[in-house]
Amino acid sequence: MTSLIPDFIMERWLSFWDVLTPLTQFLVGKTFLIVFVTVCVILTVAFTTYFERKVIGFMQGRVGPNRVGPLGLGQPFADVIKLLIKEIVVPQKSNRFLFLVAPLLSIVPALATWAVIPLTDTLVIADINAGLLYVLALTSVGVYGVILAGWATNSKYAFLGAMRSAAQIVAYEIAMGFALVGVLMAGGSLNLGEITRAQAGGVSHWFILPLLPLFLVYFISGVAETNRAPFDVAEGESEIVAGFHVEYSGVAFAIFFLAEYANMVLISALTSIFFLGGWASPFEGWSFLGESNLLRDPGFFWLAAKISFFIFVFFWLRATFPRYRYDQIMRLGWKVFIPVTIVWIVVEAVMAWLQVGPWSGLAG
Amino acid sequence: MAEIQSYTMNFGPQHPAAHGVLRLILEMEGEVIQRADPHVGLLHRATEKLAESKPYSQSIGYMDRLDYVSMMCNEHSYVLAIEKLLGIVPPLRAQYIRVMFDEITRVLNHLMWLGAHGLDIGAMTMFLYCFREREDLMDCYEAVSGTRMHATYYRPGGVFRDLPDSMPKYQPSKWRSQKRVDALNAIREGSLLDFIDAFTAKFPGCVDQYETLLTDNRIWKQRTVNIAVVSPERALQLGFTGPMLRGSGVEWDLRRKQPYEVYERMDFDIPVGVNGDCYDRYLVRVEEMRQSNRIIKQCVDWLRANPGPVMIDDHKVVAPARIEMKDDMESLIHHFKLFTEGYCVPAGEAYAAVEHPKGEFGIYLISDGANKPYRVKIRAAGFAHLSAISEMVVGHMLADVVAVIGTQDIVFGEVDR
Repeated sequence: MTSLIPDFIMERWLSFWDVLTPLTQFLVGKTFLIVFVTVCVILTVAFTTYFERKVIGFMQGRVGPNRVGPLGLGQPFADVIKLLIKEIVVPQKSNRFLFLVAPLLSIVPALATWAVIPLTDTLVIADINAGLLYVLALTSVGVYGVILAGWATNSKYAFLGAMRSAAQIVAYEIAMGFALVGVLMAGGSLNLGEITRAQAGGVSHWFILPLLPLFLVYFISGVAETNRAPFDVAEGESEIVAGFHVEYSGVAFAIFFLAEYANMVLISALTSIFFLGGWASPFEGWSFLGESNLLRDPGFFWLAAKISFFIFVFFWLRATFPRYRYDQIMRLGWKVFIPVTIVWIVVEAVMAWLQVGPWSGLAG
Repeated sequence: MAEIQSYTMNFGPQHPAAHGVLRLILEMEGEVIQRADPHVGLLHRATEKLAESKPYSQSIGYMDRLDYVSMMCNEHSYVLAIEKLLGIVPPLRAQYIRVMFDEITRVLNHLMWLGAHGLDIGAMTMFLYCFREREDLMDCYEAVSGTRMHATYYRPGGVFRDLPDSMPKYQPSKWRSQKRVDALNAIREGSLLDFIDAFTAKFPGCVDQYETLLTDNRIWKQRTVNIAVVSPERALQLGFTGPMLRGSGVEWDLRRKQPYEVYERMDFDIPVGVNGDCYDRYLVRVEEMRQSNRIIKQCVDWLRANPGPVMIDDHKVVAPARIEMKDDMESLIHHFKLFTEGYCVPAGEAYAAVEHPKGEFGIYLISDGANKPYRVKIRAAGFAHLSAISEMVVGHMLADVVAVIGTQDIVFGEVDR
């Protein structure tokens, strides 16, 4: 960083910085960090939509966006501009206040959760001890946006979408919670940074190995939580048209859209952190790769690579699978995932106590 | 305690899964359907009445627009009815061409159905895969008739013209390089028959690809197995025909039971279902695509070996060739008479039915001896199927309504006429 900024500016900046009180320093620093991370997330979301359309286009034998800018890279911005200049139509019989608050209620938790995500070993906005609980709490709040939107719209399609979404979240939140209990036992901490550090030391230390069923349950529940195909019954394009956001237009719709994709990136990030060692490199300890380089060293690059992979899996699922029916999703959640997680927590505890195989290094 | 009322929902006519303009009034308890009331008529275009006001041959184009995903099969039924009344039989080559295009149309229709059915249930990729192959078949339509959908290719007495020796080709553009265009045109270099031959060679592989995505897919099975079960007896009572009837296990196919054109010379199997649910109807239609492919291949082989006329040589019904018309007084008179008042058809009535991709498509024609039909009645398979929708969806969930509409393969051009 220092090499990018000329020395004299840096010196002035530092002298100015030193004058401030520690509290102001903290506030300014954190605000800067929050703005930085938020902008990065929003930009990531923008290009995730582009990435999705290109990836799914490729899978479906199409080309995807290729008109705006080189390779169609300007498409996300064209979409944003289009949505910004559209009118927000508020249905006459809706509850105007709740109707407009709902999109905010879904975007805020999606962005706020990033506060505890460790992007690298040192870079994290709030290094709090109850990070895992914070994540669980905020991802649950996100559903209120969907339910309120469906309720406030006062449309039967939207109402059905909201009901479906509520039932789905309740079922999958439990499975997700239980999967995270397994992670908590393995990592021995609620702090996301600590959980990641517990996985240091190469692929064999990653939690995906001892916790494979929990990993699968967590990721699939994540797909269900974000209302993505094949669990997109809350939107259910061909059944209830667009579900909870059927009457939303313009920026209000854009915010729902943003929240959905931000949640997708978030779930990818959390899965990487909980099960794939976050910023850790898979080649850790491979001496023939040289002393110190990008491939071997842990760093943000690896977290980004893992997130990209999971986002790709999201798209892959969408291009491959038909949609589940709403009662079948419930059955999968209650009768398959929850028993699997409970059984595996017991297995994990026993194995870790006996110190067998891949479980031997676990804290629990 | 408040009285509990069922939830009424208006499904359509502007709905992504309404397959056009279906308006369903659903009465539900929660998401479970208590009653479904289909409202039809939003696409009514008075085809039957229009046909009564025009010379016979001028209504062929209206038939294309009935079931607008299986155009030539509609024409076929109408043309057969006229031929029955006139007492003419088209040349053998024309009959083979008709059978070949009937089967191409069947594949076109089933591809459209498979794509839409998949899309309704959420398998978006199917739609695009099916349209990829449909594009090739549309090119066959374009090659013989000049249009990709509403062909008006079958005429009383044969078909409009013989199969062309060249195929329409792609042109390079800003978005499509010469190299890509060359790759696309590779199978379009020869005649139409070469192209269809190449298509029949690759198509079974494409069907395998669709089946890989759906047939053993757990989600697909959960969404279709045991949904909308119709017993064979009930299917007959409801007037089901085509794949809807065969899906219930009744082996009834007009191509076999009442052969028309050259179907009795063709070697093909009739798939039937066992349980009569959406999954069986899916399997029946997919197998029908494979069987159609076999028939197309047999027609291509015969057509290659047997050149000949494709129209009867009777200028009272069939317009003379343009070159004759410019050259010969009598031909000019024939031409003028045919294109102004058409031809008179002997008084009488005829019913001609074909095995349309959706079921039995029949035209009942009454002639009073004039140059226009006295009455045209269209028997569309989709109407009978749609009538049964309430019975099929009761007790299922909202998401299954979409699957049932898909499995019925409804097109409103045909239902509303």
